[in-house]
Amino acid sequence: MPFVPDSVETTIRELLVDVLGVAPATVAAMTDETPLFGALPELDSMAVAGLLTEMEDRLDIMIDDDDIDGELFESFGSLVAFAKAKVRE
Amino acid sequence: MSLRPEYRTYHFDGHDEHVLCFGAEASRRILIIPPLFDEMNRCRRMLVQAMRGLAERGTGSFLIDLPGCNESLAALENQSLSTWREAVGAAAAQLGVTHIASLRGGALVDDDVPNLPHWRLAPAKGSSLLKTMIRTRIAGDKEAGKATSEAGLMEAAKTAPIELAGNMLGPVMVAELASAEPPDVAQLTLRTLGQDIAGSTLWLRAEPQDDPAMSAAIAADLDQWSTSCGG
Repeated sequence: MPFVPDSVETTIRELLVDVLGVAPATVAAMTDETPLFGALPELDSMAVAGLLTEMEDRLDIMIDDDDIDGELFESFGSLVAFAKAKVRE
Repeated sequence: MSLRPEYRTYHFDGHDEHVLCFGAEASRRILIIPPLFDEMNRCRRMLVQAMRGLAERGTGSFLIDLPGCNESLAALENQSLSTWREAVGAAAAQLGVTHIASLRGGALVDDDVPNLPHWRLAPAKGSSLLKTMIRTRIAGDKEAGKATSEAGLMEAAKTAPIELAGNMLGPVMVAELASAEPPDVAQLTLRTLGQDIAGSTLWLRAEPQDDPAMSAAIAADLDQWSTSCGG
């Protein structure tokens, strides 16, 4: 129970910087509507593998790969919503 | 001290494995165990720059090629965390090092040198490394139109080597990775990225990058640490 919703969002922003090497200013400017997959060249299917594992470690969650579909990485908001739902489980 | 790199070797399991070295004749000689698998490639340039920084301070360092990795002619599929642990012990003894430094998955195999001080940066669990490689394999298969499951891969890995993210991993390696945690060592200095060492998580980056400031921070910290203990 150590996470409040805001800290999940902060963790996701840190992940995008750490795993993808996206500029911190770019990540700080992201809103729920900011598109990710297809819009961020750094985010390809190989980078997704590292991103999911690091999400598990930092948020102390388990991600079943069956839960993952194309919509998860559609936007910043969809990724944060997925992470928050996992943290609540 | 010479700032030029040279190659030394250590003998293990029928092979002479390479070790990149700066300052083999220095009084303090640090054996560096890099991250494992693809994470090693992403950190190598940054680590070699840190070794140059150590040489400028008069501290020697050795960057080990684990059997089956980098320039090694040994087959990766015959390796396991156990063989790598033995290889680190053999290299430490043959090269006569005074300190052990490891990063990420390197911390899983750095403990067969019980009498030397250990420094670890961002140690990783074996299960995290394995999970990322399995996800990479599944993603690659998916793009090729093949449906592969984690359960199916783990079952296949019980009896034969499997290919994960470009690495042929044998049954023992997969089984050991699934449960490996950095082992206890007697003299441990644990460093956290962002707190003790300024830098970026280069090992996670899909594209290899460099971080000169991180190399400098690691060189300064390793030099200070190795002065304060042992050697």
